[in-house]
Amino acid sequence: MGERPGEPLLKVTNLTVSYGPIKAVKGVSLEVYRGEVVSLIGANGAGKSSLLRAISGLVPYGGEVAFEGGSLAGVPAHKRVGRGITHVPEGRGIFGNLSVMENLTLATWQRKDKTGIAGDLDRVFTRFPRLRERSGQPGNTLSGGEQQMLAIGRALMANNECMLLDEPSMGLSPLLVEDIFQVIREINAGGVTIVLVEQNANMAILASNRGYVMESGVIALSGSRDELSSDPRVIDAYLGV
Amino acid sequence: MMKIFRTAIHGQPAGPRRPMLAVIIAGFALSIALPYFGLLNKYVIFVLISVGINVILTISLNLVNGFMGEFSVGHAGFMAVGAYGAAVTSVNVIPRWMGAAAFPTAILAGGLAAALVSLFVAIPSFKTRGDYLAIVTLAFAMIVKSALENMDVLGGPRGFMGMQQFTTLPWVFFWMVLSLWAIRNFVYSAYGRGVLSIREDETASELSGVDTRKVKVLTFALSSFFAGVAGGLYAHLLQFINPSMFDVIKSTEMLIMVYLGGVGSIAGSILGASIYTILMEVLRPMGVWRMVLMPAVLILLMIFRPRGIMGLRELRWFVYKAIPHSGAAAKGQNIGNT
Repeated sequence: MGERPGEPLLKVTNLTVSYGPIKAVKGVSLEVYRGEVVSLIGANGAGKSSLLRAISGLVPYGGEVAFEGGSLAGVPAHKRVGRGITHVPEGRGIFGNLSVMENLTLATWQRKDKTGIAGDLDRVFTRFPRLRERSGQPGNTLSGGEQQMLAIGRALMANNECMLLDEPSMGLSPLLVEDIFQVIREINAGGVTIVLVEQNANMAILASNRGYVMESGVIALSGSRDELSSDPRVIDAYLGV
Repeated sequence: MMKIFRTAIHGQPAGPRRPMLAVIIAGFALSIALPYFGLLNKYVIFVLISVGINVILTISLNLVNGFMGEFSVGHAGFMAVGAYGAAVTSVNVIPRWMGAAAFPTAILAGGLAAALVSLFVAIPSFKTRGDYLAIVTLAFAMIVKSALENMDVLGGPRGFMGMQQFTTLPWVFFWMVLSLWAIRNFVYSAYGRGVLSIREDETASELSGVDTRKVKVLTFALSSFFAGVAGGLYAHLLQFINPSMFDVIKSTEMLIMVYLGGVGSIAGSILGASIYTILMEVLRPMGVWRMVLMPAVLILLMIFRPRGIMGLRELRWFVYKAIPHSGAAAKGQNIGNT
């Protein structure tokens, strides 16, 4: 695991994202290898979410995003899901008026293999028994933690190799944050490569193999977990004392 | 009350199959028998036919505004295309000796014309996100009206006539059941769940792999098809159509029926169309004042029940059996099928 040389699973080269005249991402390059957890940390407005949105095809971008060696240029967002990238958006994006079950099955909208889908559903329910209990309940009646579990569960339904998580700990109590990070470790142990965007830098760095620090649209720093957690600049700016 | 109504969004197992088919057959038999034995006078039959046509219009608009969460305000435009399409087909294309036998062909032609024209609206306006559809559909309805007014072959502002009165109670009942059935099956299918997800969160929908653009265009075309069917029925009821029948007021009426009955609800569409149509008839003696009363009712409704009478809820009857529910999930069956 980790920085083994070879073909990266996800390779971002000189990526730029602009919203009108505002440049949110100004030439970012990064690589993610199979089996890794890579964290992206940085302050509000550093461009982390925009980077994820570009990778999953939600916003137009300059530069290059390659997955499994193939360019994703011109591939729309809903097709990138089929290529192997699942994005859990900031704020969870669950379908509030649809049942938990409908939320989960929507992630398989493009798939036709009923047995495979049933198997994935079973895996999700085994991991999150609470979702099974609530499967007939509308998504917006779940608690914040349960909604995050639902968002991650829905992402698991896509059964993809790479998962982009945008602020999974947002708005959750410290105890639930621990739970979420435990879930992330477990999913990764199950073979899913994870890109994790977090404001909670401490937890994110600890949970990851490597990390990138973003500052106003560029990557200011990168390194392994130990390098980042001992770097005085990171400690000063993000970890606090 | 909660026993009969169920939230469509809840995935609880739907009740045992109610005798839906029996009710449809009984309704159809009644729609033939009542006029045949002269049990209803012509006026009542006319009102019932209007209710049926309005149910079709309401479910059609509800598909876009209620189930998909987009906002079309120019549905009278599609109704107009359907009305003229069906009228021209039946007057100029179908030989007269074929009589009522070719009536379904004329109606289908109207529906298909409306669906085809809807693509010209849907494809460009769904390229971008946001509330463009409201403006585009409003403009579209105006274009259709002024285009019809300027086409002398279609009679221009004087209108078009020559259709026989083929629209009878049984035919309207048939088309109403067909449109309700088609739209129910569509929105409760695995594909149709994509329509609902667009209403809930379009970004998340796309991230779940839903081809949101394709779903939106297709849903809009299906909706327009049934608006066109309703237009065709309308043309063969009045035997005369002119462009000013399909003005902004007509579009507004459809919106009122949708929001009165309830967004995202099939039962609500039936209820909204029936209440509105019958109330407008009952209040006819009030003259101009009914146009004061009706908006007042609507305002009160928006205050006390902003989603309409049946907003986002469904009569158990109309809920499709195979919505995945906890029981099915435990056994790993019926997942994601239609």
